[in-house]
Amino acid sequence: MTYLPKPKLHHPSLQKNAVGFTRRDYEGAISTLCAGCGHDSISAAIIQACWELDVEPHRVAKISGIGCSSKTPTYFLSASHGFNAVHGRMPSVLTGANLANRELLYLGISGDGDSASIGIGQFVHAIRRGVDMLYIVENNGVYGLTKGQFSATADQGSKSKKGATNTDAPVDMVGMALQLGASFVARSFSGDKTQLVPILKAAMTHKGASFVDVLSPCVAFNNHPGSTKSYDYVREHNHALCRMDFISPRAEITVDYPPGEVREVRQHDGSVLRLRKLPESHDTGDRVAAMNYLHACQARGEIVTGLLYVDPEAPDLHEHLQTVEVPFNTLGERELCPGSAVLAEINAALS
Amino acid sequence: MTPLAATNDFVVKFANINGSGSASANELFAKCILRMGVPVSPRNIFPSNIQGLPTWYEVRVSEAGWLGRRGGYDLLVAMNPQTWDEDLKGLASGGYLFYDNSKPLPKFKFRDDVTTIGVPLTDIANRTWDDPRQRQLFKNIMYLGALSVLLGIERDVIVQLIGEQYRGKQALLEPNVHGLDLGREYASQHLQPIGLKIERRDNVGDRIFVDGNSAAALGMVYGGATVCAWYPITPSSSLAEAFQKYCAKLRVDKTTGKHNYAIVQAEDEIASIGIVTGAGWNGARAFTATSGPGISLMNEFIGLAYFAEIPVTLIDVQRGGPSTGMPTRTQQSDVMFCAHASHGDTNHVLLFPEDPHECFEFAAEALDLADRLQTPVFMLSDLDIGMNHRLCKPFEWDDARGYDRGKVLSAEQLEAGVPFGRYRDVDGDGIPYRTYPGTHPVRGSFFTRGTSKNADAKYSEKGEDYIENMQRLKRKLETAKKLLPQPVLHRAPHAAKDGAVYFGSTSPSMAEAIAKLDAGGMHIDALRVRGYPFADSVREFIDRHEQVFVVEQNRDAQLRALLIEQFEVDPARLVPILHYDGTPITARFIASAIGERMGSAEVTALRGDKVA
Repeated sequence: MTYLPKPKLHHPSLQKNAVGFTRRDYEGAISTLCAGCGHDSISAAIIQACWELDVEPHRVAKISGIGCSSKTPTYFLSASHGFNAVHGRMPSVLTGANLANRELLYLGISGDGDSASIGIGQFVHAIRRGVDMLYIVENNGVYGLTKGQFSATADQGSKSKKGATNTDAPVDMVGMALQLGASFVARSFSGDKTQLVPILKAAMTHKGASFVDVLSPCVAFNNHPGSTKSYDYVREHNHALCRMDFISPRAEITVDYPPGEVREVRQHDGSVLRLRKLPESHDTGDRVAAMNYLHACQARGEIVTGLLYVDPEAPDLHEHLQTVEVPFNTLGERELCPGSAVLAEINAALS
Repeated sequence: MTPLAATNDFVVKFANINGSGSASANELFAKCILRMGVPVSPRNIFPSNIQGLPTWYEVRVSEAGWLGRRGGYDLLVAMNPQTWDEDLKGLASGGYLFYDNSKPLPKFKFRDDVTTIGVPLTDIANRTWDDPRQRQLFKNIMYLGALSVLLGIERDVIVQLIGEQYRGKQALLEPNVHGLDLGREYASQHLQPIGLKIERRDNVGDRIFVDGNSAAALGMVYGGATVCAWYPITPSSSLAEAFQKYCAKLRVDKTTGKHNYAIVQAEDEIASIGIVTGAGWNGARAFTATSGPGISLMNEFIGLAYFAEIPVTLIDVQRGGPSTGMPTRTQQSDVMFCAHASHGDTNHVLLFPEDPHECFEFAAEALDLADRLQTPVFMLSDLDIGMNHRLCKPFEWDDARGYDRGKVLSAEQLEAGVPFGRYRDVDGDGIPYRTYPGTHPVRGSFFTRGTSKNADAKYSEKGEDYIENMQRLKRKLETAKKLLPQPVLHRAPHAAKDGAVYFGSTSPSMAEAIAKLDAGGMHIDALRVRGYPFADSVREFIDRHEQVFVVEQNRDAQLRALLIEQFEVDPARLVPILHYDGTPITARFIASAIGERMGSAEVTALRGDKVA
C-alpha cells in the first residue's frame, strides 16, 4: 500500500459522463492492499464500468463480507453507502438491503474464503433466490489476511508458499452458480481489464443474480510456482470462451461484423451484449452447454473465462415475491397499517 | 369417596394421540365455555412429533378468571391407551374418568376413588361411518357431545361454533353436528349427571381469545414491518406463518395485486438475521421470529447490528434447550443470553409481553424502538403465550399513531447542509443520525462496519475513538430505559414489607398467587417488569422492600442476575423463586414457594425475639 494521500481536487478538464461525473468521482479511499494485488485491478475495473455505465454513484450499495476482497469496497465509489458485514454473510445482508429498496444497484463483493467456505451456504441460497445483484468473487485461492492458508477454491495438488500441497478437491463457484440458477455467469481475470470491464458492465445491467468469478492473484501468498492462481499460471492456462462488447442502450452500433462472426444478446434494459469469437457450437442461453463447456475446459487443464451463460429474461426475487414497484423504505403508515376499523373486525372474529 | 363438585371452577385434561384430529374438537370445547361467559385457559402439551405420540390439552375453567395453569386435573378424557396409566394416576381423587368403553378393560386398569364414565365411541362411530378416517375423526366431536351433556354446555352454542368453523364447508358441517348429537344422545340416555358443571355467566366481557404468535404477527403488520426473514423452529414457526396469513389479507394492493411485504424463509437463522440486518440498514422495517437455538446462531450478527447501530427486531419464542431437548416445552431461559448476545461489550433492549395483547402491542412497539434506538430489540415471548390461546384484552390501535422512524436525515436536510457524521452524538442522548443508501448524490454516504471506526464512520483502530463510541452506546441504553414500556405495580391491600418481581407469561399465575397469599394474610407488593434495561422505578421498588422474590421460569435466576448487574443491589435481598420443568408455572407453586419463605422469615424473626 502507499501512504501518499490522494488529491481531492479534480482537474477541471476531466471528461464527464452522461450523469455529470468524472471517472474520479467513482473512486474511493486509497487502497491498503499489497502493491500488485489483483483486487485493486478489480476495483479499478468496477470504477471504470460504473463510470462508463453512467451509474449515479450514490445509487449503488456496495456490500461485502470479511477478508482482503471484502475490504475493497472502501477503495471505490466513496459516494455510495458501503457495508462490511460479517465473514461469509454478505449475501444475506445484500438480500435484505435489496428487499428494502429495489431501485439501487447492488454490488456484492466477496472472496473465495468468504464465499466458498464459511459463506458457501449464503452464496448458494442468494443465487437460488435470484436476488438482483452483481456478486463478485475475487478469487485468489488463499486466505490473505491470515497469511496464506489454502482456501476452498485452491486446486488439488497446488502448493502453498511454504510448500504444503493442497489435497482437498476444489470448489468451483462458476459451476455451482450455473447449477443453482444464476441468470448471468461469467469468469474473468483481474489481469485482463479489456475482458473484465465489459463483463462487469453487462453483469451490472443484468436483472437477476449475476455471478462473476474473477481470478485475482495474491502477490503476497499465492503467486509462486506450484500455485494455480498465480499471474503466470492464469495467463498460461486462460481460455477465453469469447470476447464481449457491451453496448449501452443509448450507444449507436458503429461496427458491422460479417454475419456469423458475432452473436448478440439483448438485455431487458435495452443494452446489447455482442459476443465475438464464440465457438459456433456454444449457446450462451443454454445452461447445460455452459456447464459442459466449463467441465471440458477443466478436464483439459484450462481456465475458461468470458461470459458463459446469460438469461436476459430471468425473473428476480422481487418478481417471485410480487412486491410493489416502490421501495419498501418509502412506505409509511398509510400503505402499511390497516387501521383501527380493520382491527375491530379482527377482534370481533376472535371473540 | 366423595365425587368432586364444582361449578365453573375445574380442570379438564384431554389425553389424545397426535394426528388423530382431536385438536379442533378440544379447542371447540374451550370456546363453547367461553361463549357461555365463563373464562377458560387451555394449554397444549405436545411432543415434537407429527403423528403417533401422545399429546394433551388441558383446559382450566375458572369463573374467577384465573388464566394461569392450575396444576392437577379433575376430569380426564382418556383417549390414548399409551398414556392411560400415567394419566389416570394424575387425576384428582374424587375426579372423573371419561373413556371409550367399546373394548372392555380389566378392573385393575381403573381407580376406585374416581367416577368412571364409559361411552362406546368406537362402536357408535363404526356403526355410523364406513370410512376409517371419518370413524377416527368424528369420535372427537362425539366425546365433545357427551361431555356437553355431562357438564351442561348448551347445544346451541356448540352448533353455532361448528357453523362458524365450517362456514361454507357444508360437507364437514353436517357430519360434525351429527357426531355431536350422537354423543349427546348416548350421554342423555345412559349417563348420570356429574358434580362438575358449567353455568352461564357474564365474565368474559369483550376479551378476545387468541395465541401470542398470531398476535405478535399482527402487531408486526400494524407496526409496518415489510421484511420478514425466518427459519422454521418450534415454537416460533406459527408466528411467521401468521404474518404470511395476515399480510395476504391486509397488505396486498387491491388493484395491482402487488405485495407491500416480503417474506423469505431463509436457509438458516444466520441468513434470517442477515436479511433483517440488511433491510434495516436500508430503511425497511424488518423482523425475524425464532427461538433460543436460532438466537444462538444469530449471535455474530446481533453484535454487528449493535455496534453498527442498525434497527433489527427479533422475537424469541422461548423453549427448552438445544438439539432435540424440550423444543415443545416452555421456559424463560434466554433472558441473560439475549441481554448480552454476541461477543464484545454488548447490551440489548428486551421486551417481556405477558399475553397476546401485549405480544401485539410490543411487536409494533419493538419496530419503533429499533428505529428510534438504532439497535437490536428483542421481544421475549415463550411457548406458553406463543402457542396457546389466551383470553386477553382486545387489540388496540390509535389511528393517530405514526411510525417513529427515528433519526434519519432526508435528502432535503442533507442538501440544506445539515452536518452529518454517522456516529456523532448530536443530541446528547447517545443516538446518532443515519442516512439511507441512495439519498443524496454527494452527501450522507458512509461506510458501515463493526467497531473499528470513528464518529464520522471512518476506519479507525484508535483506542480513544473506540472508547468514545462505546461510551455513547452506553448513553444510548440510558435513553432506552425511558422509552421502554414501564413496569406495572400491584400494590398489596395492606402495607407490605416484601415484594416480588416477575415478567412475561408468569403473569396470570402470579396474580392468582398474590390473591392466595393475601387470603392467607401474607401480603406482598408485586412489580411486573416489561422491559430491559430496567427502569429506575425497579430500583426504587427493590429499595422499598426488605426482600424481593424474583419469580421466573429458568434454573439460573436470570432476571435476578440482570437486576443485580444493573443495580448492584445486595444479592441476598433478591430471593429466587424458580420453576423450570418445562410446564408453565402455577399459582400453587408460587404461593407455596413464597409462603414458605415468608413463613420461615417470620419464624426466624420470632426466634430472634426470644433470644433477645
